[in-house]
Amino acid sequence: MLSKVFATIAVVITGGLLLYGVYDFPSFGDPNSPPNAGVEGGADSVSQYFITQTYNDSKVPNIVTAVLADYRGYDTMFETVVVFAAGIAIFCIMRSLGNANDPAKEKDEMHSFTHGDHNRIIIGTTCRIVVPIVQIFALYVIAHGHYSPGGGFQGGVLLGASFILLALSSDLNAALKRLSEKNYFALAAIGVLIYAGFGLVAQFLGANFLEYGVLQPLLFTDGPEMARSHSMLGVEIGVAFTVMAIMFSIYANLSTRGTLKNGL
Amino acid sequence: MIFTFDFVILIFMVVAAIIALNVKDLLSASMIFGIYGFLICLLWAEMGAVDVAFTEAAVGAGVSAVLFIATVFNTKRKSSD
Amino acid sequence: MEQLVEQILEPHFNFWIYVILMMIGLWAVIAKNNLIKKLIGLSIFQTAIILFYVSLGVKEDATIPIKKPTPIEYSEKAYGGEAEAKGDYAAADKAPADKKTDGKTGDSKKKKKAYEKINPDKIANPLPHVLMLTAIVVGVATLGVALAITQMIFKEFGTVEEDEVLKVIKGGGQDD
Repeated sequence: MLSKVFATIAVVITGGLLLYGVYDFPSFGDPNSPPNAGVEGGADSVSQYFITQTYNDSKVPNIVTAVLADYRGYDTMFETVVVFAAGIAIFCIMRSLGNANDPAKEKDEMHSFTHGDHNRIIIGTTCRIVVPIVQIFALYVIAHGHYSPGGGFQGGVLLGASFILLALSSDLNAALKRLSEKNYFALAAIGVLIYAGFGLVAQFLGANFLEYGVLQPLLFTDGPEMARSHSMLGVEIGVAFTVMAIMFSIYANLSTRGTLKNGL
Repeated sequence: MIFTFDFVILIFMVVAAIIALNVKDLLSASMIFGIYGFLICLLWAEMGAVDVAFTEAAVGAGVSAVLFIATVFNTKRKSSD
Repeated sequence: MEQLVEQILEPHFNFWIYVILMMIGLWAVIAKNNLIKKLIGLSIFQTAIILFYVSLGVKEDATIPIKKPTPIEYSEKAYGGEAEAKGDYAAADKAPADKKTDGKTGDSKKKKKAYEKINPDKIANPLPHVLMLTAIVVGVATLGVALAITQMIFKEFGTVEEDEVLKVIKGGGQDD
């Protein structure tokens, strides 16, 4: 086919140029490369500041969490807004699909084995036991994100995945009974508002937006460092709310064509 | 970083990507895409990016494969190429 | 042979594979006919770029970016005990809190005295990790939007094959 020939030509030319460009790269794992150490003769890379000063600034050992929630707070806040907006967009698209009457759709072989047979007793029981463990682990991941790998995004995805597991193993209704549509969109909005709220409170106290250090009198901490650490936890909880709700909403809408009935 | 580990996983990744794109059954393609996500997760854990690996293990190997399967369930399972 | 691996393969092999993965994804986006296959190709393209970013932050013999610097007094007495270290933290916390109006110079000096200095070459670069962590989560959300649009196309045209959709559009199509 003609399109495949053109695609191959385009890919070969682009790939050849990129492979040629790779030879000018610093070698893999070089600690003195520009992204790691800064340009020669110029200022140091900002990552050097993050590595050496994060613990002094905010008493958080996990540098990734500190940079995510504090130094680059704006970035993370609007990423959360993007996730929220994507959830709303999927809701709108799929709901317009679900309301119109479905065209008669030819049954694939997949449908035959997804509707109730007694294999589901074993799977359903196992998953009902696993789901609370997953959720407790997710809460641990959110709360301990300062000291170990983890944080709001990971914990939120795990919480959302636990609800998806419940919906996959038994029925979508079983999951919707625990987290209804009204509730999960409310949670998604609350998550964004928690994040923005931390920024606005800091602004009312006379500092910049998302400058957590001034929250010290409100959080009853010893110094501005601990205030930043605790604010990061609050912000991560907001992120986790939004991500959890939107992950579950994406699955619920995609698997049922927006009707929220008779899912996968 | 350990070069041999990198080497093996990167080769597996290329193989998984090619198989995921060439298999005719879209359900299989989704599952192999999940395997691809898991291989990337291993690679990141080995590079020292633990947070990214954690996210990819939850998102790439878990949620996005499920989303693909949900779409395949609501559309056609067979693919022409 | 060993020299070949060390001199040529090791510094750039990862980047070659990223380019190859990226081109596999690009080829799928252009040439594949099925829309879901195109989306898988797009995801492969995306992961290749994320891999490239993360691998820029890799340092040889470096650990993960989670580091709690030990207080210097504590590290000198090799196995001093936990309670003593905690006492140090509390003292270091209280001191700047009393004279917080004074500015940050005295504050940071106090801290620099209290903790050992971290060598940045021994810890992986955290900045690409942060950027890519959010990119992955946003990536799955936007993938969801793309899949929703795919389902919409299937409802409208009854197929997810690109050429059949084009045929319906060009041939005047059905009534709706």
